[in-house]
Amino acid sequence: MRTSKQMLSGADIFFESLKHEKVKIIFGYPGGAVLKLYEKLYDVDYLKHVLVRHEQGATHMAEGYAKATGKVGVVLVTSGPGATNTVTGIADAYMDSVPIVVFTGQVPSALIGNDAFQEADIVGITRPITKHNFLVRDVAELASTIKKAFYIASTGRPGPVLVDLPKDIINSVCEFEYSDKIELRGYKPNFIGHQNQIKKAANIIKKARKPLLYVGGGVIMSGGFRELRLFAKENNLPVTMTLQGLGAFPMTDSQSLGMLGMHGTYWASQAVDNCDVLVSLGARFDDRVTGKIEAFAPNAYKIHVDIDPTCIDKNVIVDLPIVGDVKHVLAELASEMNEPLPINDWWDQINAWRKEYPLSYETDDGKLRAQYIIEKISEKTKGEAVIVTDVGQHQMWVAQYYKFNNPRSHLTSGGLGTMGFSVPAAIGAAFAIKDRPVVSISGDGGFQMNMQELITAAYYKLPIKFIILNNSFLGMVRQWQELFHAEKFSFTDLSESNPDFKKVGEALGLKSFSVDSPLAVDDILDETFNYNDGPILIEFKIVKEDMVFPIIPSGATVKEIMTRRLDPKEMV
Amino acid sequence: MITKKHTISVLVENHFGAFNRVATMFSGKGFNIHSISIGETETPEVSRMTIVTAGDDRIIEQVVKQLNRLIDTIKVIDLTGQYRVERELALITVYYQKGNRMEITNICEIFRGNIVDINNKTLTLGITGPPDKIDAVVNVLEPYGIKEMARSGTVALKRGEQLKHDKFDKKEILLT
Repeated sequence: MRTSKQMLSGADIFFESLKHEKVKIIFGYPGGAVLKLYEKLYDVDYLKHVLVRHEQGATHMAEGYAKATGKVGVVLVTSGPGATNTVTGIADAYMDSVPIVVFTGQVPSALIGNDAFQEADIVGITRPITKHNFLVRDVAELASTIKKAFYIASTGRPGPVLVDLPKDIINSVCEFEYSDKIELRGYKPNFIGHQNQIKKAANIIKKARKPLLYVGGGVIMSGGFRELRLFAKENNLPVTMTLQGLGAFPMTDSQSLGMLGMHGTYWASQAVDNCDVLVSLGARFDDRVTGKIEAFAPNAYKIHVDIDPTCIDKNVIVDLPIVGDVKHVLAELASEMNEPLPINDWWDQINAWRKEYPLSYETDDGKLRAQYIIEKISEKTKGEAVIVTDVGQHQMWVAQYYKFNNPRSHLTSGGLGTMGFSVPAAIGAAFAIKDRPVVSISGDGGFQMNMQELITAAYYKLPIKFIILNNSFLGMVRQWQELFHAEKFSFTDLSESNPDFKKVGEALGLKSFSVDSPLAVDDILDETFNYNDGPILIEFKIVKEDMVFPIIPSGATVKEIMTRRLDPKEMV
Repeated sequence: MITKKHTISVLVENHFGAFNRVATMFSGKGFNIHSISIGETETPEVSRMTIVTAGDDRIIEQVVKQLNRLIDTIKVIDLTGQYRVERELALITVYYQKGNRMEITNICEIFRGNIVDINNKTLTLGITGPPDKIDAVVNVLEPYGIKEMARSGTVALKRGEQLKHDKFDKKEILLT
């Protein structure tokens, strides 16, 4: 590692800086504005460059890598279209607080604003969807800018940072020094929760008779899952998780109520509706969680722990805010209170709700169903796999039926709801995760949005299990059309237009299968999990019209929960 | 909750794009801006933005938090309810007739403004003062026919001396 001051080109400074940041892998695609960087990259041996097929794929790969490891995911693309193709991935990372740094090439400084070839104002375009972004205007600022980018992306509430690199900056030369210090007087994330607030919270939870922990992705990001387990177990507290929080607490544990919200379990919804103290840990009261705001946990004293002050009182007014790193706050809470709460009545009530409407699906008609396949995958991987889902019905079924045991094991696009996330994100995760299977689960719609990245998976021989749950419909939209839009199945039927997924897989270099019987599921999954020489694709042809239950309609209350499809006779 | 005007002073890095970041945040979050002004401070690397916005307490709390969240903002102060000075500059070009030129110059004097330009049809007044004073001038001049107007937006500073009643519990105190 070069440490003493010396004259280096912008391109050299770029890679030296990445080395200082301990970057091991970058996802990228070359082009005119970054040629000089790729020229240097040719001889760089301390990091791996993954060649993607589309820049959106690169951003989701970086997200998958970051979510699975907690490290910063890095993307390198060219100017103009290369840069604009990263926008969806950046917005996704922003909504789900994923630490990624995206480096975009830019036309030479002198040409900026001239509508030069492959010019786009990517700093302007991404301003509202990045935690911060930079246009490097002087090569002397390059190293410190990269340092700031990684620092901002990975600290506080994590998020995407974009660094725009004009071509002339990369080519010019200056003295290189990688400082350990960062000067950002406008950015001081608050890591330590206020002691008095924490004490007060502990006293209130101690007195609760119907407490509930509402756990979000922040617990996983902060690495606070051990603290959460300790706190929940020692105090006998029920735990419900958001989509991003799944895995923060083992779902096989009797204290787990599973997911809450629109498609959460019946008993989690009832627990929210009836609890007297709700402790939100690294969650942001998203509308998919709360439904009708005024009716969310109506009787509860609400405690909200979050590192981002803007999350406090944004959607739901809380009684006791604690701004700070949730790992630290949980550790403090655990030290304040460690006696099981006498809440047997509450547990009896919760367990009664569990029995009232357990998660269920039709099993007697011999048809192949997504829920069954997911249960089987959960069983065969013992809840230890890294499951990367897309967006839609299958995503909710995974959240309901896969029993996640570990944090950083459930990777999904939650906030933005980006179809096409699963395939590339699984690839990013598979570069880091070698000791557990990585399973990508998509619907037939979302799969087609980034299926070109199968080529990347095949080229790098990543042993990813690509599962397509094909119901020949944009299933979640179909479900809403059936429930709320007069059964006008407008442009959601893909049965006429879907490709032959087995052939697609084969053409792109994957071992591929198609299955349509529940009787074949066991064998094909065994074969899938035993095959580790490269990626494998399994298309499951599932029933077309299944719906995700329970569902609390958008903006509705727990009272309006639907637990099953009504017979036409029951509907008035 | 009651919607109220707030004057918020924001110190930002004098960087390329810092102003834009603030403006983008306001439009992206759907906060409204009555006026916004930006200029240098005593420290060249720092700019001061004065933003006049409106909203209920909850919205203003979010405005302040979201401003603080931007990496380029160094300090955010809601001056509302604090002893402060507020000034705005307006240039107002108004039509005059033969008989009423004196009337207009009198109005200008009453508001302690200056006539900064004149031709055979119009007079241009330069007025400084708190925004409500500018509003008053505009009201009075409207019947004469305002040809053009440019308002600078409010600039504001906390009063130098920390008075005892500073932070008067959200009650509006404005000395001019």
